[in-house]
Amino acid sequence: MSSTENTAGKSLFSSDRRRLIIQEYGIFLAFLLLAAILSVSNEFFLTAGNISNVLLQTSINGVLAIGMTFVILTRGIDLSVGSVVALAGIVSASFATGSATAGIVGAPYSPFIAIPVGLGVGIACGALVGIIVSRFSVPAFVATLGMLSAARGLTLIYGGGKPVPALTADFRWIGTGNIAGIPMPVIILAIVFAVSWWVLNRTRFGRYIYAVGGNPHAANTSGINVGRLRFSVYVISGGLSGLAGMILAARTGSALPQAGIAYELDAIAAVVIGGTSLSGGVGRITGTLIGALIIGVMNNGLDLMGIQSYYQQVLKGALIVGAVMLDQKRNHGG
Amino acid sequence: MSELLLDVDGLQKSFNGVAALRNGRLQLQAGSVHALCGGNGAGKSTFLKILMGIHNRDGGTIRRRGTDVVYSTPAAALAAGIAIIEQELSPVPHMTVAENIYLGREPSARFGGIDFKTMNRNAQGLLDRLEFDIRANQFMMNLSVAQVQLVEIAKALSHDAEVIFMDEPTSAIGEKEAQQLFAAIGRLKAEGKGIVYVSHRLSEIFQIADSYTVFRDGAYVDSGRLADIDRPRLIEMIVGRALGEEYIKTNAPTSVPGLEVAGLTAPGKIENVSFTAHKGEILGIYGLMGSGRTEIFNCIFGLDAPSAGTIRLDGAPITVKKPADAMAQGLAFVTEDRKQTGLNLIDSVRNNVCLASLPELSPRFNMDRAGEAAASREMIERFRIKAARDTMPVSGLSGGNQQKVVLGKWFLRNPKVLLLDEPTRGVDVGAKREIYRIICEFAESGGTVVMISSEIDEVIGMSDRILVMRQGRPAGICPREEADAQTLVHLST
Repeated sequence: MSSTENTAGKSLFSSDRRRLIIQEYGIFLAFLLLAAILSVSNEFFLTAGNISNVLLQTSINGVLAIGMTFVILTRGIDLSVGSVVALAGIVSASFATGSATAGIVGAPYSPFIAIPVGLGVGIACGALVGIIVSRFSVPAFVATLGMLSAARGLTLIYGGGKPVPALTADFRWIGTGNIAGIPMPVIILAIVFAVSWWVLNRTRFGRYIYAVGGNPHAANTSGINVGRLRFSVYVISGGLSGLAGMILAARTGSALPQAGIAYELDAIAAVVIGGTSLSGGVGRITGTLIGALIIGVMNNGLDLMGIQSYYQQVLKGALIVGAVMLDQKRNHGG
Repeated sequence: MSELLLDVDGLQKSFNGVAALRNGRLQLQAGSVHALCGGNGAGKSTFLKILMGIHNRDGGTIRRRGTDVVYSTPAAALAAGIAIIEQELSPVPHMTVAENIYLGREPSARFGGIDFKTMNRNAQGLLDRLEFDIRANQFMMNLSVAQVQLVEIAKALSHDAEVIFMDEPTSAIGEKEAQQLFAAIGRLKAEGKGIVYVSHRLSEIFQIADSYTVFRDGAYVDSGRLADIDRPRLIEMIVGRALGEEYIKTNAPTSVPGLEVAGLTAPGKIENVSFTAHKGEILGIYGLMGSGRTEIFNCIFGLDAPSAGTIRLDGAPITVKKPADAMAQGLAFVTEDRKQTGLNLIDSVRNNVCLASLPELSPRFNMDRAGEAAASREMIERFRIKAARDTMPVSGLSGGNQQKVVLGKWFLRNPKVLLLDEPTRGVDVGAKREIYRIICEFAESGGTVVMISSEIDEVIGMSDRILVMRQGRPAGICPREEADAQTLVHLST
């Protein structure tokens, strides 16, 4: 940057204001930059087919990361999402499978039964974690680490360690269908995002979340039921994990017992890259969506360039740490 | 005149183009206690931080015993004999007193171990010489705040510090412990040390300091000997104008009971506390740290569960299980520590003002955003809160303005009873005046006020009656006419 640009910036905005703009839009600019580099370096990147592909790949992580944002905003963490994805996926699949041996009695049921069942499994897992965290004051890290192990075990027990194949076409529609050419998972992500944005930015519940994350003691003395609020964010994260699990099963056509392994890491990465503070109270849902898109675009771009997936993991690691380093510099570097 | 321990002149420092300190100046004599006075934002903390080597100065000179010096780290300042006892102490709780004093420079034994015997002996010797009644092998976590402060002083002296800064050392300790601290300061003075004492409590300054320096708006205003000036003159220099009476009482208590508490008991905290605060009255609560003052409020407000006792509001008994119950009845609680329990520091002024009224501001789940903006505007105007915009983080406000935000948060609920716990702690003289005005106006309009304060002047100046607490029990109630410092201290100990 030349010095003339700097002085111009100073006269236009106060330093406070400028910092706010960087905070609000910095991540978005980073995303645009990444997309621009990829479009220049690869002619296939900007095609409709590829964009749709990136969005499709981002949808599951996006849904999980949005739930994770609610949790992290209240100073919590949810390590169990990957296992809940598998458990909700396999239970709902057992209601929606055409296979005579893998399903429960009377299967296949209509998606109008199988989907609420999957959501219910996710919500139940979240509610259990929520009670453990809010009522018994167990740190979220420990409570959800326990659920990570337990839900994976339940998945293996429920399916006898085997996948549940041959899901009905009706059920698979939520993963493979489309409306006006837009894939269903992308539409689901858009709806989840819109509702979450509204809840966090425009409702009383959203204000409670930021208040509890910012200072739980002050929130408590201000008459906010901190325990109930903590409980509810794990329910939200659990429910969205259930939803993500069903999308995954529907896309692949069968529910695998090893589905969703390490998904919690990508979800947390998206939240962190999106600028939400792990110490709570600070963060935007828009940032999380862009964080998820950055991960999706980066994976896709490296694929297109023919770079091995091993290197992708290294780059993703650098990206996570780098994003937070920039954030620290911005917030504390003066 | 003897050589100055410290001679600072023309110290300057800006942050992001905003001048925090324009002309910092101070001359410290050996064997003296020097009071550094000024309102919040006067530049005192920036000044201290430069001298401690935490910030680099933009300009000015620092002379230590006549030679120009530059400290770029706290360790360098300490090596040069300058130590600070910070307002918020940070001991290592699970270590002993001796380990804390010699942290980072433990005497070594064979094979790289620590020579605990020598360390304990040295530490105990130091504590005994200072006549501090503390054992060197005690764990820090078992000490009171005042004792931790004494350990910090011992630590400073173990570094052979000649210049000791104390930043609001009495803000978290009681009257009796403060007197112990003052005795320790007297001994340091007799040993020829120079002490720079920073406090908003003017009566303390007049009690222990010899000379003063006043900063206002980041610049040196005046200095001299305290014996040559009086309290109103010092206040005038700090705020920049004459302020008249310090406590202006405009309220008149009625005989209608507002808040009645009977037999309130929480095991191990308070026992059989009963009092009646009338409408239009300011009832003061005085007592030492740990005498159960805050615990009374916690029980009334539903933050703590009392095992026995009744609470009546306007004559009718009320049940409070959680803060929301108390709030629904018209109670408001301005807590002791605004940073810990009063504010969400990272959030905006507006959201903090609205924090306790969210259900009222969102009748249908959806927030009434225009209502929030209007509420915050109203409180900012009513309490003259100085903030550039109400969307700026409340952490960027001065202590006095932060406290007004807390008051605004509770006044937005139109409370009937105001529970105030140390409402002017860490607030400068000018802002204190404003807060007293707000409290009096509330009582004048028929509200009931119960106010805890450790500052004797304040509790006597503001209260119509004063409940004195001792070891969790009420020790007596003084009417305004009979209350003086001796009576209160006598009752509380």
